[in-house]
This record gives sequence, structure tokens and C-alpha cells, in this order.
Amino acid sequence: MISESSSFIKGVVLGGVFCMLVTLLGHIKVGHGTKAHHHEHHHIQAPNKEDVLNLSEGERVELSKNINVYCIILVKPKDLGHWAAARETWSKHCDKAEFYSSEKVKVFDSVAVNTNDMWAMMRKAYKIAYERYKDEFSWFFLAYPTTFAIIENLKYFLLKKDPSQPFYIGHTVKSGDLEYVDGEGGIVLSIESLRRLSRVLEDPDKCPEQGGMIWKLAEDKQLAICLKYGGVFAENAEDSEGKDVFNTKSVGALIKEAMSTHPQQVVDGCCSDMAITFSGLAPNHMHVMMYGVYRLRPYGHSYRDALVFLPPPGSDND
Amino acid sequence: MPLAWGQAVSMCHLQEMASSKSLMNLLTFTFGSAIGFFVCYLLFSIILEEQVKIQPHVLHNDPHGQHSADTDNNQLQGQMNFNADAGQHKDEDKNIAEGLYHKVKILCWVMTGPQNLEKKAKHVKATWAQRCNKVLFMSSEENKDFPAVGLETKEGRDQLYWKTIKAFQYVYDHYFDDADWFMKADDDTYVILDNLRWLLSKYSPDQPIYFGRRFKPYVKQGYMSGGAGYVLSKEALKRFVAAFKTNKCTHSSSIEDLALGKCMEIINVEAGDSRDTSGRETFHPFVPEHHLIRGYLPKTFWYWNYNYYPAVEGPGCCSDLAVSFHYVDSVTMYHLEYLIYHLRPYGYLYRYNPDSSKNPEEQSKNEALENDQKLKQKSSES
Repeated sequence: MISESSSFIKGVVLGGVFCMLVTLLGHIKVGHGTKAHHHEHHHIQAPNKEDVLNLSEGERVELSKNINVYCIILVKPKDLGHWAAARETWSKHCDKAEFYSSEKVKVFDSVAVNTNDMWAMMRKAYKIAYERYKDEFSWFFLAYPTTFAIIENLKYFLLKKDPSQPFYIGHTVKSGDLEYVDGEGGIVLSIESLRRLSRVLEDPDKCPEQGGMIWKLAEDKQLAICLKYGGVFAENAEDSEGKDVFNTKSVGALIKEAMSTHPQQVVDGCCSDMAITFSGLAPNHMHVMMYGVYRLRPYGHSYRDALVFLPPPGSDND
Repeated sequence: MPLAWGQAVSMCHLQEMASSKSLMNLLTFTFGSAIGFFVCYLLFSIILEEQVKIQPHVLHNDPHGQHSADTDNNQLQGQMNFNADAGQHKDEDKNIAEGLYHKVKILCWVMTGPQNLEKKAKHVKATWAQRCNKVLFMSSEENKDFPAVGLETKEGRDQLYWKTIKAFQYVYDHYFDDADWFMKADDDTYVILDNLRWLLSKYSPDQPIYFGRRFKPYVKQGYMSGGAGYVLSKEALKRFVAAFKTNKCTHSSSIEDLALGKCMEIINVEAGDSRDTSGRETFHPFVPEHHLIRGYLPKTFWYWNYNYYPAVEGPGCCSDLAVSFHYVDSVTMYHLEYLIYHLRPYGYLYRYNPDSSKNPEEQSKNEALENDQKLKQKSSES
């Protein structure tokens, strides 16, 4: 009897010890695993509504003053149609928007960068923008001619983000080891990132003007490499449901995809309610977006928004 | 290695047991170790679950799980602690829209056909049709699954007027008491019900009146474009149905909207002005692009001569509170649904205020106030 109970107790103790050892070992292995596992994606989200509404009126005013966005649109003379559309539509909602063109054109004002190469254009544009506006703006948004941006949604997204931190935000893509922001979806840099970028741009070893060593890298990838040297890493922007807010395709293209992948939930599955960019738009589409975003709406729906953005003066399409 | 060690120990014990007579001892030992293992395992799994819950929700929807392993010195500081928020519409106030839904009851009937149920009507059903107080899909033949009402006619452009008459007759026979207004649309029309209700809320359903995109030729008071959709008051529907019983109106015509318009004039149903308080059109015979882009519709196009009110192209073409668009394909149905009911510019103060007085002077006064404010803001910043 006693020998039985003692062997029972021995058994329990041994079982317990055995189990503990196995569990702890497994835990340590997992711990090592995550540390060794090179972290792949950085995700960044919009502010939570509750947090925003909890701010006092004074805080909200301060915050909205802080969020000023300078828009850089890279254009070439061949993009004249898109250039005109961007000028007449979304860019009016930037605090300041300038078109950086490969060469001067008669019809529109621009900052001439005197090069046709996209990476060289981008470098020069960022350099000039930093030199001229480093004391005036906290956020720098770069777009291509076919991009349409909703700056109010960008400002809401950036609401509680500190521009003295190195932010580099957009629609990210992974290429091998490099995670970069896809230029088509628009690129957002905080003033701190731009400051670090300007320093790195001076270094021809880290950030050569000619782009890649053997073959040419796309300019958005080049940018990511240079920023990395400054300790600035790309982050994919998402809303609270995990949907991308920077889009590299047009609404139409995304709707078509949604119609085939989830036909029962086309609109819900398509795009974010607070989307910031769409791309691949024809000039006409930009005018339609302007009407669809800033004017067309259903009567009787109102919102408790923490910020108020006034329509730009002297404009008739928003 | 500990595994082997554990095994070795148990083997020792087992040998001990085996040598001492009792098989019972062996069994109790094994049983005990099993219990010890399981109890310990349960305890650990409970403890570990708790730990997982306590992990900060830095990035709620992150597909990679915990980010606590991230402590690179280049990590961003000052990030918010984001909690998941149930939906994008949590801060939306739909009270006024819902109030109108109950106050202004609209029955929609959609002109379609057997070939178009899956191709077109399906997308209407998936988008704007849900916002009607009642919706019916009218086809030449019944379809119980969709469901679609069978009007027992043939299909074809020349049958449109006959289908229209039969459809209104059906609605009158079955649903007359269920609605105040009766809207006809095509399966390639997109209707914004909230804006239609706002328009109709200023009128009584007992008035003999109907609304749509007003055209001027052939009918003195004008007639409404078929494709852009039109809506009859209760009284108008009553008179329309009665007109065929008494032969006041002809049954046959190859031009549906014109024939209906002629009939309306005969029975003294007024062709209403559907423009908004700033004079912009609300019912549209084409998609937004065709109206918004200057020069899209060539000046020789019939449209410019048909419009009852001076037709406008560019931003002035269309009310912010548009009611309908036509020639809308399936992709554009969802596109409009997204632009109207989902995507919006956060915090944006819309330029057009539908509830301010009709007086255009007041509208410009408001604009001046806004500009003043903006200037004050700018000067206080600098």
C-alpha cells in the first residue's frame, strides 16, 4: 500500500518535472526564434477615433496647425494632361503643392530639375524641398502624375504622429530584403526623415546618383536604400480594419478585383473608407474623383470629426 | 537531452519496480506520472494564455502576431496604442437620413429582363436598391429566385412603354398603400435614395406631380428622361392607372418616356423642377464623367437641345445631392456606392449647404465668412 502510494507520488513528481522541462525548453526555443527571425513588415495605423475625440478643443486646434503638408509632384512635359488635372484638382488641398518637372514648360509653373532620370529627379526634388521648406512644413508628400490624393485623410492619418520622428509611410512592397514604399501609391516623409535623407544624399558611396551599381534600380527602391542608411524604415499604412490607405491602383481596378475575389462583398472588400491615395488615374478620372470625394454625398449623414478642414478659396470643383 | 535524461530516470524507476514484485506499483507510477504531466501542462497553458492576453495591442490587425520582440534602436517612439475600432462608421450620425426613410416612403421598381437579371439587376440589388422602402424588379417573365415580377409582355425597346404601364399597374394593385412615392429606374440607373427623399420631403404625395430630368421637346410642360429615372407621387400614380381604364392615354408607343410625359400632361400631373437650391440638376441621363468633363458630350449631341433648363457641363452640371445617374455599368455601380457611402474626406466642411436658405446672396455671405476665417487662421500662424 505504502509502496504503491509512494510510487504514485514519484510518478506525479516525475511527470510534472518532465512537463516543466519540456515547456520551458520550448519557450526558450520560441524566444530565440523570434529574436533571430528578422522582422519583416512594419505596419502603422490611423489614430483611434476615441483618442482623437477625447482631445480638448485647444489640443485639436494645436494639432491641426501642426499638420502641414508640402506636396511634391514629379512631372515631365509628356504628362501635361495629368499635370493639368492634378493642378486643378487634389493638389489644391495641400498646404503648398509644387510640380517638379524634368524641364520647364510654358503653360504651367514648375521647379525645373533639369534631368529626365526618375531617381535623379526624386533626389533633386527632395533636396530642393528640404533646403527651401525645412522650417515651414512637417510632412512631405511625393506623388506621381497619375496619383490622386485626399490630403484631409492624410492629415487625419498623421494626426498624432510626431514629425520629429523618422516616418516613411505609404504602400509598402517587399523586394528580397528591402522593404520600400511603392512610389505609385505616394510617399510620405516626416521632416526628420527628410533631414536624414539630405545627409545621406551627400554620400556618394551610400546613395549614388547613378542608382544601382550594375543595373538600374527603380527610384522608389533607391529611395528606400538611401533612407535605410539614415535609419529610416518603410511602414505600410492601414486603417483600423487592416485595409491599405495608400493604393497603387484606381478605384475601378480595385472594384474589378473585388468583384472576382469576393463578389458578395464588393465594396466592403475593396477599399478603405479613409483611403488617402489611388493611382493609375486618367485626367478625366481625377475630375470625377474630385466630385465624388468632395461633393457627392447622401443627405442626412453627418459625422463627429475631430478636425475641421475648410474648402480652398477660389475653387469651384470641391 | 533532458528528454533522454527523463527517460533514463523513468527507466531506472521502472527497473526498480520490475525487480520489486509489484506490477501494481508500476502501474500506479505510470498513472501518477501521466497525471503529473497533464496537470502541469494544463497549468502552463493557462498561464501562457494569460500572458498572451496581457501583451500590449500595439498593432491590432498585425498578421505577424506579437511585436514585442522588436526593440531596434531605430524604432519609432511616441506611437499611439491603437485599439481595434469596430468600423469606420462608428462616428456616423444617420438620424436625419433614418427619419426621412420613415417619413418619405419610396417604392422603387427596376425595369429589367430575363437576360439582365444576373448581368445588371444583380448589382442594383447589391447596392442602392436596398435603400428603397420597397423594391421590385420588373421583367417580362417571373423569376421566383431573384425575385422578379413577371409582367407577361415581350422584351425589346418597343415594349418599354407597355412594360411601364403594366409595371405601374402591378404596383398600384399590390402596393399602393405601402408607399408615398413610386420611382421607376432602369437596371443601369444608380439612384441615391437619401437625396431623393430630401427632394421629395418638400412636397406632399397627394399633389399630382412627378420628378425626373426634365426635357423640353414635344410636350408643353416637358417630360422626364426615362433612363435617368422618374418618380410619381401617390396621386400621380392613381391618375396614371385610371387614365388607361378610361382610355385618356394611349397604350402604344415606341418611346416610353415621351409617351408617359404626354399622358402626364393630359391627366394634369405637373412636371416638377428637380433642381437643388442652387439650381443644379439632380437626375442625370449619363454617368458623372460625361457631365463633369467639359467637351465630353459634343455640342451637336441631341442632349443640349433637349434639356428643359439650360444644360451645364463642368462642375456646375451636377448637384452635390445628385439623385440619379444612367448608363451605369456593373463596375461603376460599386464605384458610386463606394464614393457615396464609404469614402469621404475627414473633417471636410462641404461648400454647398443644402439646408441654408435658397437665397444665393446668403450662400456667398457664408463663403466670405469662411474665407475670413481662413485668413485669420493664416495670420495667427505667421
